[in-house]
Amino acid sequence: MADILQEALEKVREINKKYEKPKIHTSKGVKFALLMLRLYLIFLVCVLAYKFFTLVVGGA
Amino acid sequence: MNFLSWLFYRYRKIKKSILIFLMLAGPGIIVMVADNDAGGITTYAATGSKYGYGLIWFLVLLGPIAYFVQEMTVRLGAVTKRGHAEAIFDAFGPFWGWFSLLDLTVVNWLTLITEFIGMTAAMAIFGIPPLLTIIAVSLLMIFMVAQGRYWTWEKIVLLFCLLNLIYIPAAVLVSPKISNILGGLVPGFPGGFTPDLFFFLMANVGTTIAPWMVFFQQSSVVDKGMKEKDIPWGRADTLLGSAFTVMVAVCVLIVTGTVLYGIDIESAAQASQALMSMNPYVGVFLAIGLFNAGLLGAICISLASSWAFGEVFGWAHSLNDKVREAPWFYAFYIFTLATAGLVVLLPGAPLVLITLFVQVIAVTLLPAALVFLILLLNNEEIMGKYKNTLFQNIVSCLTVAGLIALSTLYALSVLFPGFFR
Repeated sequence: MADILQEALEKVREINKKYEKPKIHTSKGVKFALLMLRLYLIFLVCVLAYKFFTLVVGGA
Repeated sequence: MNFLSWLFYRYRKIKKSILIFLMLAGPGIIVMVADNDAGGITTYAATGSKYGYGLIWFLVLLGPIAYFVQEMTVRLGAVTKRGHAEAIFDAFGPFWGWFSLLDLTVVNWLTLITEFIGMTAAMAIFGIPPLLTIIAVSLLMIFMVAQGRYWTWEKIVLLFCLLNLIYIPAAVLVSPKISNILGGLVPGFPGGFTPDLFFFLMANVGTTIAPWMVFFQQSSVVDKGMKEKDIPWGRADTLLGSAFTVMVAVCVLIVTGTVLYGIDIESAAQASQALMSMNPYVGVFLAIGLFNAGLLGAICISLASSWAFGEVFGWAHSLNDKVREAPWFYAFYIFTLATAGLVVLLPGAPLVLITLFVQVIAVTLLPAALVFLILLLNNEEIMGKYKNTLFQNIVSCLTVAGLIALSTLYALSVLFPGFFR
């Protein structure tokens, strides 16, 4: 089991190294789009966390 | 004589075009028809029973939207010869790559569970126990991919796509008034623009484009071996598919809008059962259609995940590979099928919660997948002369912005049911 996990981690590291440098030209438009995506995801995580919190409080 | 030779030339040309189209058609039709999965059929059935024919125009509008998004995956796949997951890793780096891959896996797995729920509910109408349905469906799906030829797999799936047209005779059997259907093509909001109506509009948009569709069609185009010169055929394939998907959606809406108008429907299986007592043939058609919709959805969704993992992890991942040549690809495929089926069979599993949750989780991936699609399609280095034109950019950006806004609002209204009502 430990061997399988070790192998999987090794593969993940290899993938991270292979794709280390994003190949797309990071123009202002691309940077803006990626920033918006990050903010959007943070917003969604906050909404989900709020829902989880209200469920826990409501359940208790 | 000249006319005859011209006629013969035209005949030969058209015949050749049809043959080429039949050879290259597949990914577009399959992804679009599978878009009407178990969840989609339920949404259309509920919309019809609530608003009658009043929202036919809206479903017709969703066809071009789906086409514009999916057409981009055809170009990207044919030009880069890479699936969407690998393209994201390559262009945007490991952070967005892992986010997309893992999110896709979770969303697809949860959606697969909802497809199994749809299939077991449909078969339960005929007295077939869930265990038997899940085992039979899983074996069928494993057999379809394990035979080792993409071409054979695609043709079998296209046959299932044809079965999806069962909703057309169902719509004819309920004898709808043509004038009323034509009236439904005129844009309008039955009963006014109420929060309830807005919820239904969002739900219909939510079923139009799902994240797996982007990943599936691009990988499918790559596995089929389509090249740049095949892009026009890929477009025609996608266009025909979007016409099919709209036709099926409208037919479901006509069936429930005619027979079950005014009755609150929560699932397509419930609609089938209600129809059994009024018109058994239509009820049976709806149940068969629901099963088939779930099956098509399951086929595409499970493959989308396996293809994505295969691309990123560098496993052999073509349907042209035999099981011994691509063991990890097939093992992953079987693992997702088996675990999703098992969850449905677990007594006390939170299936309703999963059905609701999947719509929320899908919204975390959809914007990223669509934004990456547009960014990649605008990169001249990657796309060359196939990059988006100004017109394509205007249409796709408006479409994607609208899809993101409406699907986010839908997810919020699922999380907080009183949000809009």
